[in-house]
Amino acid sequence: MFNEMSVDDQIREPYRALVDWMEASGPEVLEQKRLEAETLFRKIGITFAVYGEGGDPERLIPFDLIPRIFTSQEWRKLDRGVKQRARALNAFLYDVYHNAEIIKAGIIPADLVFRNEAFEPAVIGIDPPRNVYSHIVGVDIVRTGPEDFYVLEDNCRTPSGVSYMLENREIMMRMFPDLFKSLRIEPVESYPDMLLKTLKSIAPRKCDRDPNIVVLTPGAMNSAYYEHSFLADQMGVELVEGQDLFVHEDRVYMRTTRGPARVDVIYRRIDDAYIDPLCFKPDSVLGIPGLMNVYRSGGVAICSAPGAGVADDKAVYTYVPDMIRFYLGQEPILNNVPTWKCGKPDDLKYVLEHLGELVVKEVHGSGGYGMLVGPASTKEEQAAYAKRIEADPGDFIAQPTLSLSACPTFVESGVAPRHVDFRPFCLVGDDVRLTPGGLTRVALREGSLVVNSSQGGGVKDTWIMSD
Amino acid sequence: MLSRTADNLFWLSRYVERAENMARLMEMGYRMALMPAAATGNRSEWESVLSASGCVAGYDPDAPLRQEEVANFLIFNRDNPSSIINCFEYARANARAMRTAITAEMWEALNNALMELRRPSMHNLAKNELPEFIDWVKKQGALFRGATDSTILRNDGYDFIRLGTFIERADNTARLLDVKYYVLLPETSMVGDGVDNYQWTTVLRAASSLRAFHWVYRDDYSPHRIAHFLILNPFSPRSLAHCAEQITQHLERLARHYGQRHSVHRQAVEMYSLLTQSDMDEIFSTGLHEFLNDFQGRNRILSLAIADAYHFGGQ
Repeated sequence: MFNEMSVDDQIREPYRALVDWMEASGPEVLEQKRLEAETLFRKIGITFAVYGEGGDPERLIPFDLIPRIFTSQEWRKLDRGVKQRARALNAFLYDVYHNAEIIKAGIIPADLVFRNEAFEPAVIGIDPPRNVYSHIVGVDIVRTGPEDFYVLEDNCRTPSGVSYMLENREIMMRMFPDLFKSLRIEPVESYPDMLLKTLKSIAPRKCDRDPNIVVLTPGAMNSAYYEHSFLADQMGVELVEGQDLFVHEDRVYMRTTRGPARVDVIYRRIDDAYIDPLCFKPDSVLGIPGLMNVYRSGGVAICSAPGAGVADDKAVYTYVPDMIRFYLGQEPILNNVPTWKCGKPDDLKYVLEHLGELVVKEVHGSGGYGMLVGPASTKEEQAAYAKRIEADPGDFIAQPTLSLSACPTFVESGVAPRHVDFRPFCLVGDDVRLTPGGLTRVALREGSLVVNSSQGGGVKDTWIMSD
Repeated sequence: MLSRTADNLFWLSRYVERAENMARLMEMGYRMALMPAAATGNRSEWESVLSASGCVAGYDPDAPLRQEEVANFLIFNRDNPSSIINCFEYARANARAMRTAITAEMWEALNNALMELRRPSMHNLAKNELPEFIDWVKKQGALFRGATDSTILRNDGYDFIRLGTFIERADNTARLLDVKYYVLLPETSMVGDGVDNYQWTTVLRAASSLRAFHWVYRDDYSPHRIAHFLILNPFSPRSLAHCAEQITQHLERLARHYGQRHSVHRQAVEMYSLLTQSDMDEIFSTGLHEFLNDFQGRNRILSLAIADAYHFGGQ
């Protein structure tokens, strides 16, 4: 296991100043800071909910005080790799909703795209502003060694977690002003501005003014509601629900105290299936009837564009390196994790024989639900899971259990290494922008590789050191 | 501003004000109950509090009308939509549904209040130390209004918050005065005796107005003056006249801000002039209870008219 702070008892360079500071402060000070941080989170009301578990709908995500640190050199590679991926994924999305060259070229099987649940026939042939579909790409990255980074998955719809990146930093700066003064840490505060710029840059064809932008949320009961309100607030735009919007004569309006006000760009945080009951789920009360018609006729821009989900499907994921070569003519800077597709007979055979060593995931699942972590599972669990795979092999992929890197983390017994992953947020509009930072998630249970907040994961601030 | 946001702001401040006024009603009940019961009219103090709170329909008819049961119902009962804990739950839910429209300070004031109220120790406090609990509730209202006053932008959102506060406060001052009516049905023989005066001063205390009253009227506790102070005196911060004046002013600000007038503007001015043009003799001769009833009706209609004018009613 690669410990990002120290190798063979040698403190790695980016962590040296932090370790000195921690040693000088002593455990009592750190413990006190930890309590302060928790109080701050509770007070500000940064919470998340877990679906289907009942209990407190406003649970706190555990925040770990010890930051995860990247050198500027490490970041340069991640920066280039993530932007490259975001470009390729958007090129792929434009392609599959237009001429489907990549399929004609025999690089990706047609069924995988056109029979995919996330493929949206309703948007075939539509040109979204700047031909961008996924305006915010969250790329989940893990590390296994000093130079070894792997992309675990892409999130092309509406990746969440960026509010933690910003709030974690805010809290760290309040708790450790000295460290921020003495170290040169790249700031992340400009993210909301960059997001606003990106959203402005995708104003729809018919928009003849400074576009009116809104954030569309399913409402306060949604697990990411805090983030929705946070982003709207940071950008200074309205946070709306479906009931606040309506369609009239090919335009979208919101109900205001002065009467109707036109809306030009919708940053939606609800799924495709719910945005327009006339086009998708007819019983959805979250959406806006007629929205898709306005979208088609260039009266409104939707971020992310309907149909963007087909690019972050776990089965499509395996082809992203091919996309990069096909559309950009470049070699991938970041590697994929080697993946077995259970839909292929050879792969299926291998997976069933090696369940104890692999991580098996549902192709369409998200949030770490319904996955099997081989080494951490019992024989019975494996047997039960094998039955599920055999019932519908095409629904599963498997990956080797990577030896994820670990970062020092506060746990009950003191400070100990825990596994981490990383999600930077790449913005695509008139330009491709990436804030130097991201969300580091940490598996708080010893030995656990599952970092999802719904399953005992926590978060850390991520520091990119500047030159 | 989104109509839904205006709606949320309006009701958010109404709920905070309502929680506080439930506490004030209980304060009256508590103080009146300290007087010998025999001297009062045909209802118990706690029955009167319940009637004036407007929640009597939800009260278990078999439950005793004692402090412990009534207070518990008015503070913690989840089925009572106006219970103090529900007021804070709704207020906070409204705030959460529009975090962008309120400041962090306002959110913290509400959030902390609810978190504390949900603690089991608050049940004990309310049971054993009701006056202390009442003070705590009043303090939460003050904290929220203070946070609002010192942090929020003076835009249309501010007007909707203040409209909610004064619509609710006017309703509640009318209710406080009505408790007195319920406790002591006007039997002429008792008007003006010691108990009667004591009860009138309780109304003042519950409205946090005893000292203010002294400053304005010196020491004459006549029911006439006390009622005047809480109904017609525009300098008294909880009087109906003051509330109506504030409502008119905030509607006026909205009219300027939006460049639009609605029928609600006329209705508000009518309500205000009703209060500036009445005198207490007239009110007492037509009947205080009837006057207060009529006022509460007008106030309710005004609230609906505000919702209509700014597109958040009618759903």
